[in-house]
Amino acid sequence: MDDMTLIAAASIISAGITMAIGAMGPGLGQGRAVAGALSALAQQPDAASTITRTLFVGLAMIESMAIYCFVISMILIFANPFWNHAIAQAAAK
Amino acid sequence: MRLSTDQLVFWQHGFLQLNGTLVYTWGLMLVLALGAKLVTRRLRPEMAVSRWQGALEIVVLGIRQQIEEAGLRQPEKYLGFIGTLFLFIATANLFTILPGYEPPTGSLSTTAALAICVFVAVPFYGILERGWGGYLRSYIEPTAIMLPFNVMGEFSRTLALAVRLFGNMMSGTMILGILLIVTPFLFPTVMSALGLLTGMVQAYIFSILAVVYIAAATGTQPTDRNPS
Repeated sequence: MDDMTLIAAASIISAGITMAIGAMGPGLGQGRAVAGALSALAQQPDAASTITRTLFVGLAMIESMAIYCFVISMILIFANPFWNHAIAQAAAK
Repeated sequence: MRLSTDQLVFWQHGFLQLNGTLVYTWGLMLVLALGAKLVTRRLRPEMAVSRWQGALEIVVLGIRQQIEEAGLRQPEKYLGFIGTLFLFIATANLFTILPGYEPPTGSLSTTAALAICVFVAVPFYGILERGWGGYLRSYIEPTAIMLPFNVMGEFSRTLALAVRLFGNMMSGTMILGILLIVTPFLFPTVMSALGLLTGMVQAYIFSILAVVYIAAATGTQPTDRNPS
């Protein structure tokens, strides 16, 4: 395998793994957060607005972990700096 | 496939480039400024107000109440900054229902600029409220060992703000593009409705996080300094 194939294979595989692992953790975290918020809502329906607001902010923060992974995998697939470097080197030859 | 709105180039001459982000941002600014100007041209204090004035009052009062509930005692001082952030991001994300429009928040340059505004505003309001000594002392709380971590947190949460908004908006556009290839007709519509919801939630999150950071810096909320 030459360099290009190696870079392409590594990028695609690691993008997949990034997405897979990066979705797992935040998924577990969001599940726990929603479960906690639901039981809090069941116990204190009066505080619904505060709980919901805090829940939304918390969910967005947990979700941003998954979003970072998504951004990284998108960069690996569509705007890969190593790939561009290899292309530039191949063009220079 | 375009990763961000920056790559949509309308006009180019040398290194001068008029890309989608610039055009749509200026368009949005025009819409927002002209709209606000038109609505506030005839403000009336009596009960029978015009429809648009009523709508605007609901928005402003809503933002004001949210700022107060999130921990800032005098929301009037921060209403301008936070309200502008929220309205800009919300309209930028809402206009995605218009065909041919791409949200400028789907470009890292816009979101980084907004995050840098928050990054500058936090110490500004902190110093205004507590003075130089009081603000700088908040970096060595609870002990001086925490100084590098507090400084690092300041930068990392700015990065997080920028990448969060960018990632959410970019992923919405990207998923739509991918789904259009796979299932062309019905499903993308549902996803774009979901994208509208995500856009509104992200606008809310961005401004509420700015409020929380400012509240932490001004010392009205001494606990939980750094939720990043």
